[in-house]
Amino acid sequence: MDYYLQLLVSGLVIGSIYSLVALGFVIIYKATKVVNFAQGELVMVGAYICFSLTVQAKLPFLAAFFLTLAFSFILGIAIERLILRPMIGEPIISVIMVTIGLSSVLKSLVQLFWGTQIQVFPPVLPQEPVMIAGLPVAPVYLAAFALSIILFLIFSAFFKYSRLGIAMRATAFDQQAAASMGIGIKNIFALSWCIAAMVSSIGGVILGNINGINAQLGHLGLKVFPAVILGGLDSLLGAALGGLIIGVLENVCDGAAKEFLGLGGFKDVAAFLFLVIILMIKPYGLFGAREIERV
Amino acid sequence: MHGQCGLFFRTYAGEAQLFPGRFLKISMLLFFAALCLAPWAMNKYLVSILCLINISVIGAVSLNLLTGSCGQISLGHGAFFGVGAYSAAYLANLGLPFLLVLPGAGAITALTGMVFGLPSLRLKGIYLAIATLAAQLILEYVFLHWDAVTGGSGGMALDPPSIFGFAFDSDLKMFYLTLAVAVLCVLAVRNVMRTRLGRAFVAIRDYHLSAEIVGVDLFAYKLRAFGLSSFLAGVGGALWGSYTMYITPEQFGIGLSVSYLAMIIIGGLGSVIGGVFGAVFITILPELLNFIAQHAGAAFTDLSGALLAMKEGVFGLVLVLFLIFEPEGLANRWRLVKSYWKLYPFAH
Repeated sequence: MDYYLQLLVSGLVIGSIYSLVALGFVIIYKATKVVNFAQGELVMVGAYICFSLTVQAKLPFLAAFFLTLAFSFILGIAIERLILRPMIGEPIISVIMVTIGLSSVLKSLVQLFWGTQIQVFPPVLPQEPVMIAGLPVAPVYLAAFALSIILFLIFSAFFKYSRLGIAMRATAFDQQAAASMGIGIKNIFALSWCIAAMVSSIGGVILGNINGINAQLGHLGLKVFPAVILGGLDSLLGAALGGLIIGVLENVCDGAAKEFLGLGGFKDVAAFLFLVIILMIKPYGLFGAREIERV
Repeated sequence: MHGQCGLFFRTYAGEAQLFPGRFLKISMLLFFAALCLAPWAMNKYLVSILCLINISVIGAVSLNLLTGSCGQISLGHGAFFGVGAYSAAYLANLGLPFLLVLPGAGAITALTGMVFGLPSLRLKGIYLAIATLAAQLILEYVFLHWDAVTGGSGGMALDPPSIFGFAFDSDLKMFYLTLAVAVLCVLAVRNVMRTRLGRAFVAIRDYHLSAEIVGVDLFAYKLRAFGLSSFLAGVGGALWGSYTMYITPEQFGIGLSVSYLAMIIIGGLGSVIGGVFGAVFITILPELLNFIAQHAGAAFTDLSGALLAMKEGVFGLVLVLFLIFEPEGLANRWRLVKSYWKLYPFAH
């Protein structure tokens, strides 16, 4: 039983990072209807920038963290201006492919600058585990979990109460109506990419603190899909819950498959098997907006 | 060469001709004659690239039938290709002759493709893309872990194919085999596109509700698109397996699916000739980068290493640039060039 509790806890931690990345994905999808296959690479770039600033430029961790956020902000603007803006009005497949192209460009840039070996962050938090319900949990795990809940609350409040957040929701709901009410659609698009890049880089920094970073980090981006499909592509709450559920599910399934079936590496495929099942029975997810069409 | 300033078809059959006009027939004949003779003047390396191009043409044209013509985005084509390669290896190791292995591998892949095409009844656009992404990852897992059939991470070995005792055991012989199959596949797809089936695919792509209203059974035709496209992918995969003679799971990863999608985007969505152009372009691109890296390496040693690291990045960059500046693909550029020379020197 302890074994499964341990799996549950580590699933929640990895799930909270999925939630962060999924949050970025949903923010972009909500505002611009772009499906971003480069989300994992945004995580990776954020992690590497923070790594560079702390280890190679020897800045204190907090300063490096905020500089990373600033960099991600600019990266978000640049991506939107240079790559996504010309794609407005193109078919879905072209938009998907442009983000896939972007992901391989980002990946190879990271390899060019930092190489392919694993880099380890210097420890920021104390190493001694804290006991929770009789289980040892590393403080960094707790920080990861807490940070993602805080960010989720901040963004929920942002979308609910701030002018800008409401403008973003209006744009997502109906671009033409939003534009005629005086909302600058282009700025909203740029802003949503900025926010997504920033949230992802936070995820990257946390992940770097837990596992270290390497050029394979971008694969995380694929895990976002089960999470967002489960939650519904356009729901923040759905993304947060979906990430957690997928994190726990894949860890527990992996453990069970290892124990009962003797299958290794089931982790990578469990989430996607689950994804297919959700798509068959509930295509718009737990909280997604339903499209209705009749002939 | 003389062209007509308009369409003067008197019969439907005339309009549906694959090669209208004598000029086109003669030039196609000359092109294929040149293509058949070319390998004799090339070294082994260039012939092997030609083989790879032939195989990629099959994959790209089959994906273009599904994604370009029928509008069903598939991120799992690389895995379907892999299913073809693995079934070919399994059937060949059972001792079946190659002429049965090739359609057999196609049939198994078609079944797999149709199973993963089932969600297409309810899912569209991005949801379908994600479902096929799941298919890709699940199939990859199966390749890696179904040890009894696929050999797991160790992979599988194949003998070179032989037809009636004639073994295709060199690049040159494989070139003719792959060329013949590729030409058959391209002709098959061109023919499908001018039948009821092909028109139904295009109708579904253009607007699914209208298609249903005019009497196209959406589910049946989407399933046929998946089946047909996967059949051809399976044939391509079987050829790939017989050509490389050794298959491992990582050959059929998501990267392969992405590069097939890149081929049809760069070539031109929904156009058969576009699939061919894209396959040629994407297959030659890495070889070209290798060539540049080798020759630039003599002058700047740092640069060649960087160029090799950037191979994937260059691929992504080319893809992005094509999407931004040439969204209609090479097929459209080809059409523009042709019409320019048709009107030359009185273009206006």
